[in-house]
Amino acid sequence: MPRPHFDCNMTLPLLIEQVLNGLQAGVMLFLMAAGLTLIFGVMGLINLAHGSLYMIGAFFAAAVAAWSGSFLLGLVAALAGAAFAGALIERVVIRRLYGRDHLDQVLATFALILIFSEGTRWLFGSFPLYLDAPDALSKPIALPFGILYPAYRLAIIGVGLAVALGLFWLIGRTRLGIRIRAGENDREMIAALGVDIDRLYTMVFALGAALAGLAGALVGAIQSVQVGMGEPVLILAFVVIVIGGIGSIKGALIGALLVGLTDTLGGVFLPQLFKLFMEPAAATQTGASLASMAIYILMALVLIWRPTGLFGARA
Amino acid sequence: MSREAVINAVVVAGLVLVPLWAVWADEPFTITLATRAVVLALAAVGLNLALGLGGLVSLGHAVFFGIGGYAMGVLASHAQSYTPLMEWPVLIEGTKSMPIIWLVSIVASALVALVIGSVSLRTSGVYFIMITLAFGQMFFFFTISWAAYGGEDGLSIYVRNGFPGLNTLVPIQFYGLCLVVLLVVLVFCSALARSPFGLALNAARQAPERVQAVGLDPFRLRLVAFVISGAITGLAGALFADLARFVSPTMFSWQLSGEIMVFIIIGGVARLFGPVVGAVLFVMLEHWLGGLSDYWHVFLGLLLLGIVLFAKGGLIGVLAGKARAHD
Repeated sequence: MPRPHFDCNMTLPLLIEQVLNGLQAGVMLFLMAAGLTLIFGVMGLINLAHGSLYMIGAFFAAAVAAWSGSFLLGLVAALAGAAFAGALIERVVIRRLYGRDHLDQVLATFALILIFSEGTRWLFGSFPLYLDAPDALSKPIALPFGILYPAYRLAIIGVGLAVALGLFWLIGRTRLGIRIRAGENDREMIAALGVDIDRLYTMVFALGAALAGLAGALVGAIQSVQVGMGEPVLILAFVVIVIGGIGSIKGALIGALLVGLTDTLGGVFLPQLFKLFMEPAAATQTGASLASMAIYILMALVLIWRPTGLFGARA
Repeated sequence: MSREAVINAVVVAGLVLVPLWAVWADEPFTITLATRAVVLALAAVGLNLALGLGGLVSLGHAVFFGIGGYAMGVLASHAQSYTPLMEWPVLIEGTKSMPIIWLVSIVASALVALVIGSVSLRTSGVYFIMITLAFGQMFFFFTISWAAYGGEDGLSIYVRNGFPGLNTLVPIQFYGLCLVVLLVVLVFCSALARSPFGLALNAARQAPERVQAVGLDPFRLRLVAFVISGAITGLAGALFADLARFVSPTMFSWQLSGEIMVFIIIGGVARLFGPVVGAVLFVMLEHWLGGLSDYWHVFLGLLLLGIVLFAKGGLIGVLAGKARAHD
C-alpha cells in the first residue's frame, strides 16, 4: 500500500501549502462577505441572492472567455455583468424591500435565487462549464522548502488582498466612502443634506454584486462553473459575517481568513491528529466528520463569547 | 363562524374527501401526493409556531426535518439488518415500530433544537437568520461525511415501518395516519396559541421590553417555542422518511429550509391553517407546473415574489381578509 505523502518529516511544506490554500479560500470569501456586509450596513438588507450574483459572474466569465479566448476579457465581463445584474435587481425588486421586515427580504431574495438558478439552467443547461486559468499563470511556481504552488492560486490571493486594500481606501478616503459611512449611521440625515440616496443605494448594491461576480469568476477557473455554485459560498460568507460582526469590513476580512484557514487546515490535519490516538480508519472518519463541522463550531464559540461578532457594534 | 374558520373547515373536508375519492377512482398516485402535502404541511406547522407566533425567522428548520428522518433511518436500518445500535453499556436495538420511532424523532429533534436555540437565540434579527442557516449547512455536511449511515448516498428502508392495528403499506391507511397526526398537532397548536404561554410568546414578539417588565423572560419563552417547533418538524421528518422509505443528506439542505418557509408564506403567516394551505398548493404546483416545464422553479419564484411584494398575508389573507387578534 502506498504511504500517504504527508509523512511527519514533510509537515512544514505541507503546512505552508495548506496555509496558502486557506488564504486563497479566505480572500475569495472576503469578496463575498464584504459585499453582503456593506449592503446590510448601508441598506439594512439581508440578501440571499448574493450567491446568484457570484454564479452570474462565473457564467459571464466562462461564456465570454470561451467566445473570445481571453481570460482577462472574461473577468471584465464578470465584473460588468454581475454589477449590471445587481443594479437591475436593485431597481426592480430590492428597492421595494428596504422598509420591510427581514422575513420579507429573506423570502423575496429566496425567490430571486429560484429565478436566477433555474433561468441559468434554462439558458446553459445542467452541465458544468469550464473556465481555464490564463496561460501565463498555468504553471506552478517554486517556493522555498521545495514547494511547487500553482501560480494562479497565488495570483488570486494577490488580487483578493489588493481588492481588500482598495475597499479600505474607498470606504475610508473617498467621497463615496464618506457617503456610505454616513448612510450606515443616519440615512434620513444624509438624504436631508442633498445626497441622492436612491443612486447611492444602487451604487452600493452594484459594488457588492461586482465583488461577488469577481469572486465567482476567479474561483470558476479552479472549480467548475455550474448552477447552485453560489449558495454554499453564500452560507460560508454568512458564517464569516457572524464571526466578524455585521457591517464591519475589517471584521469581514478577519472572519474570512479565519474561516478559510480553519476549513482548509481542519480538513487536512484533524484526521492526522486523530491518528495519534485512534486506529487509522476510525481516525479518518472521525476527523473528516469533525472537520466538516469545524467552522460552524468556531462560529458557535465566537457567538457564545461575543454575540455581536468580533468587530460588530450592534445586534 | 368567521370566514377563516369556514376556509379551515373546507380545507379539512378536502383533505378527508379527495383521497377517499382517489381510492374510489383507483388513483393511488393522488393519495401519495396528498400524503406528501400533509407531511410537508406538518413540517411547516412546526415552523409556523416559531415564525408566526414567536417571530423567529428560522432558516434552518430542515435540520429538525433531517434529524427526524435520520432517527427513522438509523433505527429502521438496524432493525432490517438485525444489528444492535450499541451493545454497551446498554443493549439498544433497532425498531420498525412507528410509535417508538416518532418518540425518538421528537426527543432527538427537541434536543438539537435546544442546543441550536440556546446559541442562536442569544442574537436576533439577521444574525438569527444567518446562524440558523449555517447550522443547517453544518448538519448537511456532517451527514455527507457520516459513512456509517450511507454518507452522501443516504439510507434505503425496504419495508415501511408498522403501526399497531394498521397496514401502513396500504396508501390510504398510511395517509389517514399522517392526517390524524397533522390534525392532532393543529389542535395542539391552536390550544397552545390561546394558552398563557402562547399569549406571552406573542407579546414577546411584539414588545419584548414590556414582557420583561412584567417578570417574564423573552429568551426562555422563545427557546421553549423553538424547541416545540423543532420537535414538530422532526416528527414530520420521520413521517416523510417513511413515505419515501429513504433518507439522505438532502433532507438537511438549505433549499428545504427555504421551501418550508415558502409554504407558510403562500398560505399565510401566523394563520393556523396557513402552512397547510401553502403545502397543499405547493405540492399541486409542483405536480402541474413540474409536468409542464422542467424549469417550474422560475414560475414558483415569480409567484413567491408577487406574494411577498403585493399580497402579504398569503392565500388565506386574500380570502379571509385581515387577521383578527383572537376570535
